[in-house]
This record gives sequence, structure tokens and C-alpha cells, in this order.
Amino acid sequence: MKKICPILLISIVSLFCMLSCETFEPVAVDDSALLDGPVADLSAAEHIQFLKGDASFNNQVFSSSNGLGPLFVSTSCGSCHLGDGKGHPFTTLTRFGQTNETGNQFLKLGGPQLQHRSIPGFTPEQIPAGATFSKFMPPANTGLGFLDAVSDSDILLFADPDDLNGDGISGVPNWVELKAYVMPRDGSVAQNGKYIGRFGKKAATYNLLQQTAQAYNQDIGITSTFEPTDTYSGVEIDPEISNQEIQDVVFYLKTLKAPIPRQADSDVLSGKQLFLNVGCGGCHRPEMKTASTTIQSLSNKVFYPYTDLLLHDMGSGLDDGYTEGSAKTSEWRTPPLWGLGLSKNSQGGEYFLLHDGRAKSIEEAISLHGGEGTKSKESFELLSTEERRKLISFLESL
Amino acid sequence: MKKFLTSVFVVAISTPLWSQVDSTLFRRVNKDTSKLLLNMDAVYNRPFLSVGKTPVALGGYVEANWQHLGTDGLTEGHQFQMKRLTLFVASSISRRIKFLSEIEFEGGTKEINIEFASIDFEFHPLLNFRGGVVMNPIGAFNQNHDGPKWEFIDRPTSATQMLPATWSNVGFGIYGKKYRKNWAYAYELYLTNGFDDQIISNAQNKTYLPATKLNRDRFEESFNGEPLITAKIALRNKKVGELGVSYMGGVYNKFQMDGFTLDKKRRVDVWALDFNTVLSFSKTYLVGEWAFVNVDVPDTYTQQYGNRQSGGFLDVVQPVIKKDIFGFQKSVVNVVCRFEYVDWNVGKFKETDGNMSEDFVSVVPGISWRPTPLTVLRLNYRYNWTTDILGNPPSKTAGFQFGFSSYF
Ligand code: HEC
Ligand code: HEC
Repeated sequence: MKKICPILLISIVSLFCMLSCETFEPVAVDDSALLDGPVADLSAAEHIQFLKGDASFNNQVFSSSNGLGPLFVSTSCGSCHLGDGKGHPFTTLTRFGQTNETGNQFLKLGGPQLQHRSIPGFTPEQIPAGATFSKFMPPANTGLGFLDAVSDSDILLFADPDDLNGDGISGVPNWVELKAYVMPRDGSVAQNGKYIGRFGKKAATYNLLQQTAQAYNQDIGITSTFEPTDTYSGVEIDPEISNQEIQDVVFYLKTLKAPIPRQADSDVLSGKQLFLNVGCGGCHRPEMKTASTTIQSLSNKVFYPYTDLLLHDMGSGLDDGYTEGSAKTSEWRTPPLWGLGLSKNSQGGEYFLLHDGRAKSIEEAISLHGGEGTKSKESFELLSTEERRKLISFLESL
Repeated sequence: MKKFLTSVFVVAISTPLWSQVDSTLFRRVNKDTSKLLLNMDAVYNRPFLSVGKTPVALGGYVEANWQHLGTDGLTEGHQFQMKRLTLFVASSISRRIKFLSEIEFEGGTKEINIEFASIDFEFHPLLNFRGGVVMNPIGAFNQNHDGPKWEFIDRPTSATQMLPATWSNVGFGIYGKKYRKNWAYAYELYLTNGFDDQIISNAQNKTYLPATKLNRDRFEESFNGEPLITAKIALRNKKVGELGVSYMGGVYNKFQMDGFTLDKKRRVDVWALDFNTVLSFSKTYLVGEWAFVNVDVPDTYTQQYGNRQSGGFLDVVQPVIKKDIFGFQKSVVNVVCRFEYVDWNVGKFKETDGNMSEDFVSVVPGISWRPTPLTVLRLNYRYNWTTDILGNPPSKTAGFQFGFSSYF
């Protein structure tokens, strides 16, 4: 009996482990603490496409053997959008152009985007003389399908170009020219042949297909049938990625869930009231709804992004002298605030807020609001310390 | 000859057939145990069977396991894995000329590699020549990697992913040993084909020396015509243990093509320290290795591919029972633990001067049972923490693994 003991013990332990293994494995982080993951109620087929897109977005790494560059900014979508969250100065990109809204004058010189890295043997691009530029911090990619499915007419309801309501906030759409491969949404509104852009820091991108095809091309140096021009040579070359893969990534982006708010305690609730009282909600609109779309989970849904998808003049402090589409240099699209509290988990433990990541805290981001944001910033600063704390804890709960 | 061929065939196919083999045909080759053995002796310090009266000896080992690992709440469930099957063929061509080859089948037949195939000439104990496919003596694990020698199911991450074990190349070199009282001193020096630029351009999205192993041409063609130098000195004291210092370095990029200069020569340099010892008071066996990798990555490339890496492992093996178990005489039960660390990207971001993370930490406690010294059954519990380059909250993987590894 004595002899058998240790072996018996090992066998029993092994068997026990085999049968109850999951108890000894790391538990899943709560869904509300993560930005990635699909929207609820996708069908099995939709789930499969989501997973394919997920693999392309997060795991497909480009190197010189599968098309990287030769000029590039990063090697995969996931390298810049870690965990689908915001980025870091390491993953920031630079765009260059000019101060007026006449369209980018530097396309022939490698514009609009600077590819400041290159594979060995090539020289990275430099900002041409005379160009102005702006740095862009990667935004979170969550809930994009909801933003994509809002109707143009709803966005226009938020716009108030002449500030008729006198709240100091105007808000205009970015009217952009459509790329040939971009199909306007049903019921979209056009003005002089231009359409309402809604993605990107300046809302210069019409939809997620355009965003994805351009990201492959401009950020990674991957050509596609949509964006066939090699950023290095300036000539059209064979596609380096299939249409299917791009569409899978677009589907993935569309079906990433909306961030789930956390800890709705009384501080957070009164913080939310204060947020609305000081006028933050004039731009960071709490509620929107989607029109009907082909993806059931996104159709006719009310959601809470805290944006109006419109451009606002944010004052000279945030004016980099660079523009896209019809946006002015001081105009920025209101960024959605959902997921704000989880930013640090993808930014390496720090905040890098505003379009270029210059704000190291939420307070600093607010204090840098100028132009149309001045009034509400000043009201925020008039709040008591306690009230400001509550407002911030509300933002962190998003 | 016919008998020999049949035996080779029998050995080459699976173990269940053993029972049908006339085992009197095989003879265990006696190992020379009178001398102090070092890590560098590992290739020949293996159990061999010789067949009849032929000068050829055969051997090999097999490793298989079950595992159930979960990462952040997701699991791939029960996995049964045939990790590898390795065959050795050794022959004494003359008293001082010998040949050994090692062929490995990994993950079924997904990968078939010649790990070793060289001929050794002994001119003098201090001067031996070895040529063919050699195992570069960087660290200790690379040369001493046989599964049955270790108490853990997985090979150490720092040795197999930061250093590229098993890492063999075509080339040649010299080695020698000297014994004096309780001491053994040894050196090794090889020139081989080396790395290529996949080490900084690969699907891992990080500097990854093993990426060169994907280059199928490397056994017949050097990527850039520059040799990789690998050198090691080791010393062993009978009472204290063994200490090795090794270096491996060369040019990894294609700096010229058809006479045109493409780039400057860019080097990869690796330093490693290894040791092993048995603590006399507790009979605890300790074995470990630490290595530093330096790669000259172009400034215009991306810091995603780090120019410095460091990492290592420490295995603690404590025998707790040594007695007959199920009739296996003097079988040994060990309580074991492995600690592993790799920093894939040592240094700071140019943009922020903040630390680049990309770390791997792992702790693997376990129990192993050696019914005979040639066979080990292992139960491991593994816990890994993997941090991305920005240092965001780590992804955690953990779970149980159970398996065996045995020479045959
Ligand atoms: C170099 C880092 C980098 C890489 C690589 C990258 N992105 Fe981005 N991404 C950004 C930045 C910066 C922005 C903001 C750009 C803008 O304002 O136009 C952005 C914006 C986006 C947006 C718009 C989000 C919004 O809220 O408006 C989407 C969608 C997106 N990226 C998807 C992708 C996809 C898909 C890939 C891979 C093909 C990718 N990104 C690769 C940095 C990157
Ligand atoms: C006039 C419209 C407007 C108002 C009012 C406004 N914001 Fe903003 N907010 C913006 C815009 C536009 C940006 C992006 C500016 C940039 O990227 O440079 C922004 C950025 C932010 C950010 C950083 C988000 C990120 O992802 O980087 C926070 C936090 C924020 N606002 C909070 C507030 C709070 C709190 C209030 C009320 C005190 C407020 N905002 C009022 C338009 C507004």
C-alpha cells in the first residue's frame, strides 16, 4: 500500500485536474471591463464573420514577405488599436496638408499621411516643405456599427451652423467627396455632390469600408482593389489583400459591441446630471438611435455614445493648421466618450486624450476645450471640487 | 544486413510493436560514465541500442501529452498532443571517428527536421573536429534538449522562442576538453550558416530569432555569405556543478546583392550564461540559463521589433521519494518548479521615453515520476502572464498538462 500511495495520489490528482480543469484557469475579465467582443445576438454566420475579421484585425501581422510598406506606420491594425482601445504616442500617426479646405495639395508629395517608418533599404517619408501637419492618436474602435447606422437626417438634427439656439455651440457636418468605391447609405443627404463624413478625428471618412481600405493602404502599406496605389511609388500595383478580408474586417468593426457603462452609483448619477448641466451634452450627445440596417443586432437601436458626430471649432489651442474635407483647421469631430474610463487599459496605464494625445488626464482634456467648448469648460471650472470629482467619476464609468 | 534493416524498420515505426521484437537482438550501449559529463556531451550521452554486432547504435525519444489551458476565460479544451518523436543513429566509423544524426518529427509530421548530423574526428582530447549539421552551443538547453531529461512538458520559452532551440546549422568547428582532479574544462567553437532578416520581419510582430528556421534553404545556402560564430567555454566541478558562458553572433541581413550594397552589415549578437548544480544538503537539482540578445535594427524601422531582449529560466527539481513503486526499482518522484521570464523588447519608446513592455512571465509547478531514469511522467500546472508592448494589463494563461517522455 505504501508503495502505491504517491502514484495513486498523482493519478487521482491528474484525474481530478482533467475533470475540473477550468476551475484552475484564469477567469474571463468582465465584459464591461473590455472594449472588444461582439454585439449581442449575432447569428452563427455573423459570429463566424466577426471572428474572421477579428483574426485579420488583431493577428494578421504584415512584414516584408506579405506586403508591409515599403513605407508604413505600423505592422497591423491591432498594433495601433490594442484591445480595440485608444492608442499611445508610439502608435500615433501624422497627416500633412494645408490650412484651407481646398483639398489636400500634397497628394503628389505623399500626402495626406506621413509614413515615417520603412522596411530596411527604404527611406521613410518626411513632411514636405510648406506643409502643415497634425498628429492623430488612435481612437477606440468600439460601437462603430451603431455610429455607422445613424441616419444622416438624425445627424443633421444636431447641427446648428448658425447657433440659432444661442448656446454658443454650432456644430457642422464634414461634407466630403466620396471615393469611387464608396456607396452612399440609403437615405443619405448630399450637398453639392458631397456627403456627411463621420469617422476619423475630422470626420473626413464616410464609412468603415473607406476607413479600413485607407488604413491598410496608408498605415500599413497594403494595397487593395479599393486603394490600389502604393504609397511609396505612387503607382497602382496588384492588391496585397483580398476584398473578402477587407469586408470581414469591416464587418468586425461594425459588430464590435458598444462599451458597457460600469458602477452606476449615486456619484456617477449626479455626475451625469452635472455633465448635462454644464453643457457638455451639447456636443457629447448622450443618446442616438440607429436606422434599420442589414445587421439585425444594430437595427433600430437606441445607444449612448456621447457624441454628435459633428465638427466643432475648438479654438486656437487645438488648431494645428491642418485640415481634411470641409473641416476648418480648428474644427474637430466630437469624440464619443463611451469607453473613456477603459482608455488606460489600452494606452499602457496612462491617458493620452484629445486628437493627438496631448491631455494626460480627463481634467486636462476638459481644460483644453476652447472655441465652442469654452462656455461649458468655464462652467465646469466653476463647479466645486466635489462636483468636479463626481462629473469625472461619471466619465470614468462610461 | 537484412536483419538490421528490419530492426531499423521496427524501431522507426511505433512502440506498440516492441512486444513483437526479439529483444535479444538489441544491446544497450554502455555509456562511459567514468568522466565528468558536460552539457556539450549531451548529444552522445544518450541511451543507444546497438543491433546485433553492427557498429551502428540507434536511439530516440518520444514525447506526448494532454493539456487543458485557458486564456482569460477562453479555452481550446482538451488537447492531446504528440509533441515529438526523435530518432538518433550513431555509428563509430573508427575508434576516433564517429557519426551521429538526430531526426525529429514535431507535431506529428508537421515538421521534420535534421537536428544534428555530424561527423566527429578526435585528434586529441583538446582538439576534435566536428562538421555537418551541428547544434550551435548557445546556452545549455540547445545541446541538451531531449525531452526525457527534463521534468516539464513544455520546453523553456526563453530557450525555444527567444533563443531558437533547437537551433542547428550546417558548418564545422572544433571542441576539446581537459580534466584535472575534480574539474573539467571545455571549449567549443563553430562556424555555421546563420540568421536571416526574418528575425526582424515575421508574423510574431517582434524580434524573433527562431523565425529564421522557416527558411528552408538555410541548410544549403547562407543568407548573406557571412558565417555565424558560436563559441562556448564551460567548466564543471564534481562537487559544485557546471557553469557555461556562450556567445553567438553574425550578420543577419542581406547587405549586398549582385555586387550592389543594400545596407550596412547588421549584426545579431547573443550572450548566454548557463549553470546546473545539485545542492548537496537537500539533493535539489537546479538548472538555469539566462541570455541576452542584441540585434542591430535599422532606426527607420519600427520599435515593434526590439533591438534588445533578455530572458531565462530556472528549474528547481526536488526528489522527494526514491523507492520501488509498482516494481520499478529506485524509481524517483520529484516535486518541481520552473520560473521563466522573457523581455522581448528591452528599452524605451523613442516617443515617450517610457518602458517598452512585451514581457512574458511564467511559473510552472509540477510533479514528475521517473520509473527509470530514461522515462518520465510529468504533471505540470502552468501559469503565464503576457504583457503587450505598451504594458497594458497582462493576458493570463493557465492550466494543467500531463504527459510522458521517454527514450527508447
Ligand atoms: C498607425 C496606427 C494605426 C493603424 C496601423 C491602424 N489604425 Fe485605425 N486609426 C488610427 C488613427 C490615428 C485613427 C484616427 C484617424 C483619423 O482621424 O482619420 C484611426 C482611426 C480608425 C477608425 C475610425 C474610428 C473612429 O472612431 O472614427 C477605424 C474604424 C480604424 N482606425 C480601423 C483600422 C483598421 C481596420 C486598421 C487595419 C487595417 C487600422 N485602423 C490600422 C491608427 C491606426
Ligand atoms: C463644443 C462641443 C464640445 C463641448 C461643449 C464639450 N466637448 Fe469635449 N470634446 C469636444 C471635441 C471636438 C473634442 C475633441 C478635441 C480634440 O480631439 O482635440 C472633445 C474632447 C473631449 C474629451 C477627450 C476625449 C478623447 O477621447 O480624447 C473629453 C474627456 C471631453 N471632451 C469631455 C468634455 C466635458 C466633460 C465637457 C463638458 C465640460 C465637454 N467635453 C464639452 C467637443 C466638446
